[in-house]
Amino acid sequence: MSNELIGYLTTFVLAAFVGFEVISKVPTVLHTPLMSGSNAIHGIILVGAIAIEMRAHGPLQLSVGFVAVLLATINVVGGFVVTDRMLEMFKPRPKASESGDTAP
Amino acid sequence: MNLAIFGLVTHGITLQQGVDLAYLVAAIGFILGLKQLSSPRSARKGNSTAAVGMAIALVASLFVLHPSTTKVVLILIAVAIGTVVGAVSARKVAMTAIPQMVAAFNGVGGAAAALVSIDEYMHVTIGAPGTVSILAVVFSVVVGSVSFAGSIIAFLKLQELMSGTPITYPGQRVVNGILVLGILALVVYLVAIGASVLALGVLLVISLVLGLAFVLPIGGADMPVVISMLNAFTGVAVAASGFAIGNTGLIVGGTLVGASGTLLTKMMSDSMGRSLGNVLFAAVGKPVAGVGESHDGSTDTRSYRSGNPEDIGVLLAYSKKVVIVPGYGLAVAQAQHVAKELALTLEQRGIEVHYAIHPVAGRMPGHMNVLLAEADVPYEQLKEMDAINDDFQFTDVVLVVGANDVVNPAAREVKDSPIYGMPILNADRAKNIIFLKRSMRPGFAGIDNPLMYDAKTIMLFGDAKDSLTKLVAAVKAA
Repeated sequence: MSNELIGYLTTFVLAAFVGFEVISKVPTVLHTPLMSGSNAIHGIILVGAIAIEMRAHGPLQLSVGFVAVLLATINVVGGFVVTDRMLEMFKPRPKASESGDTAP
Repeated sequence: MNLAIFGLVTHGITLQQGVDLAYLVAAIGFILGLKQLSSPRSARKGNSTAAVGMAIALVASLFVLHPSTTKVVLILIAVAIGTVVGAVSARKVAMTAIPQMVAAFNGVGGAAAALVSIDEYMHVTIGAPGTVSILAVVFSVVVGSVSFAGSIIAFLKLQELMSGTPITYPGQRVVNGILVLGILALVVYLVAIGASVLALGVLLVISLVLGLAFVLPIGGADMPVVISMLNAFTGVAVAASGFAIGNTGLIVGGTLVGASGTLLTKMMSDSMGRSLGNVLFAAVGKPVAGVGESHDGSTDTRSYRSGNPEDIGVLLAYSKKVVIVPGYGLAVAQAQHVAKELALTLEQRGIEVHYAIHPVAGRMPGHMNVLLAEADVPYEQLKEMDAINDDFQFTDVVLVVGANDVVNPAAREVKDSPIYGMPILNADRAKNIIFLKRSMRPGFAGIDNPLMYDAKTIMLFGDAKDSLTKLVAAVKAA
């Protein structure tokens, strides 16, 4: 077993514990936004997708990488934007005339 | 980046180490983000915190790339298209359709994870050295594909492009079991015996089929729990891809989602009063023999009362306490604004009005709060189930608008009902119950609701928005 693999395993196990501990007693109204927010976080696969595209050889790998980058980007961008939309309800209520929507 | 401040540069830090440190910063962003997302006050900030973490990881990862113009251009094109598609669909989607949107975003993430690992496999089989662990590759391909295919079914069911009722057939579990065994056999083959792109292809196909087959028998009303679970799956697939290509960022991000997503899935099924096993394998919502076939009233011998808006308007106008139970039907009819108008009209007559929000009202937990907030319903009027359940016995009229299962007393009384044990709003304890519904058909979960046949219940048939508009007029006239 390589040192690298042991490092990865350590990271993995610790991250798993943190993941379990970090969310405790979430009110029901936040279940959906929390799911959607964590959905955006696994869009980190975009980092991997970019890496494989950069080292791709030949048209097949180039296409696989291209599609992976495209899909991962949709995951990241769509995930964060849709979560933000859901959470707009938790912003302080706008005063009478103030319009609610602020451009991102 | 001012790394010199931390004395890092003086100790000689390689580019790769710098990137790994950036992943660490990103991980902190993800963890804090998840933490903040768990509390209403900080939830919105939490999403931004996680997004900042993501941006740091992405920018850092660009530094270790060997520049190649064509590939950079290809990546930029893919990112540009993905950004437009993701942002526009997330912005444009109707609030009512958000659950299926989340399913779609989750599905593409799962597909991306599988593709990254497939690519790693091809890379290794053409002889390039890698940090690959074949086990991580096959694991990521299997889980990513299941998540992708399962999300498609969840999307189709929620979008009502296919029936929300569970699709079951004899021997279903045996078939699914065989698929699982086939996957295990191929995994053993690939790990123990050797490289075969063909075998990986077959594995991919079987995994996709398993993803479809696994979600088909689950009822539409249970989709939120399924999406949450598939979300955790994608997290795990991403982490496995991280092992495969040797990337700490993927391992941390994916694992965090896998772990927190698993816990969240359990919380969601708990809030429906069900076990996860029951949600996944009980095919809840399948019409039960002898109950399910007669909902159109044609062969059903039970009688019900249907009323007209004028009479119900009078009933409302002379009550003291009214509770509105909003459901998905209200959202579909875009009736939240009219509902608010009715509430205002009643309040002007000195009637106390509240909205009773079931934890799983709408199509996802919290969905109904979002929709009512959009209609500017004052937050204080929204009562959670536990806060209002003891008040129903003092309530004159309960107005059930486009909801059904969340007020179904069978959940409390009928032991063999599929939703037995689910916490419900005690609407049946009120003096009068008005159902605004299109017909006597059962709700999204496909379960018969005896409350509709109760002597205290009046049915008001029609589109929720129309009916509410007529009620507003009737109350004003009374």
